[in-house]
Amino acid sequence: MNAPSTAADFAEPSIPLSARGPAPVRIVVAYGFWIFLLSDIIMFSALFASYAVLSGQTAGGPSGHDLFELRHVGIETLCLLFSSYTCGLGVLAVERRRMKGFYVAFALTFVLGATFLGLEVSEFARMIGQGAGPSRSAFLSAFFSLVGLHGVHVSIGLLWMCFMTGQITVRGPLDFVRRRLLCFSLFWHALDIIWVALLTMVYLMGAR
Amino acid sequence: MTENSHPEADSIEHAPGDDDTDHSGSILSYTVGLIFALLLTGASFIVSQTHLLWAPGVAAGLAVLGIAQMGVHLVFFLHISTGRDNTNNVVALTFGLLIVTLIMSGSLWIMANLNMNMVPPSAIMEMQR
Repeated sequence: MNAPSTAADFAEPSIPLSARGPAPVRIVVAYGFWIFLLSDIIMFSALFASYAVLSGQTAGGPSGHDLFELRHVGIETLCLLFSSYTCGLGVLAVERRRMKGFYVAFALTFVLGATFLGLEVSEFARMIGQGAGPSRSAFLSAFFSLVGLHGVHVSIGLLWMCFMTGQITVRGPLDFVRRRLLCFSLFWHALDIIWVALLTMVYLMGAR
Repeated sequence: MTENSHPEADSIEHAPGDDDTDHSGSILSYTVGLIFALLLTGASFIVSQTHLLWAPGVAAGLAVLGIAQMGVHLVFFLHISTGRDNTNNVVALTFGLLIVTLIMSGSLWIMANLNMNMVPPSAIMEMQR
């Protein structure tokens, strides 16, 4: 094991905390990635703030009420929710060494994520086709940068998912591969949290 | 180290996203989380569409439902809990939330003030004449 201290040492209550050595690698890696995710959420909060400030500035152009189709958005939400669920099940399957279950779960996750992305791209294309592109008004600039950045994150997540599936196939469920898989699942769940904020603030409040 | 064991399972710290010591309750946790998330999403859609509710209160209701759903995601999908082994993750999350609140409320507050104090465009036209 390449961790500086063994997990047994680390858990031993009779050894004082200061004498136990560094935490196991899995905990340090996931904690570092958790801090990255929080900084990513802070970046999103800046875009959310600019959207909240600019959402009324339509410059005589279409508003959210005219543009958003809630049925479309509902399907997108379901895709992301279920993909988060299957992603969690896939990581559990690897921890239990049920590789077939992992492949099924991650294939479903990928299909759901790609469906979400396809729906979002088609929504953007429809809006730009209606003359409501990002250059139409301050509201639409803020909308496209906020929702578009989430879409970019989902695309990166899909790429990462392919890499992880390849790595599991080639290297097997080794410690370092499972750490990366844990980070990926954190990333995918965090995207879901950001989508909940997007759905509430942009779509549901904007479509009224 | 054995290949199948979860090496840090009983350590005093807990990685975010990692599930509990034994995996038996984990699928249940994800399923419960999914059901809660679906219920809250459905409620949000109904609240935003219905005309039965007092209209000015709907935005506050949607915000409450959205924040509740984020909490469900944090607890059931990211496995952030209040347990002793989870302190570091919660402290980091709290700091993140502080910054997010400052950015959001600060921007809205300042921009609302600026907007109120802005000279209307018609008055600027007068001045330029």
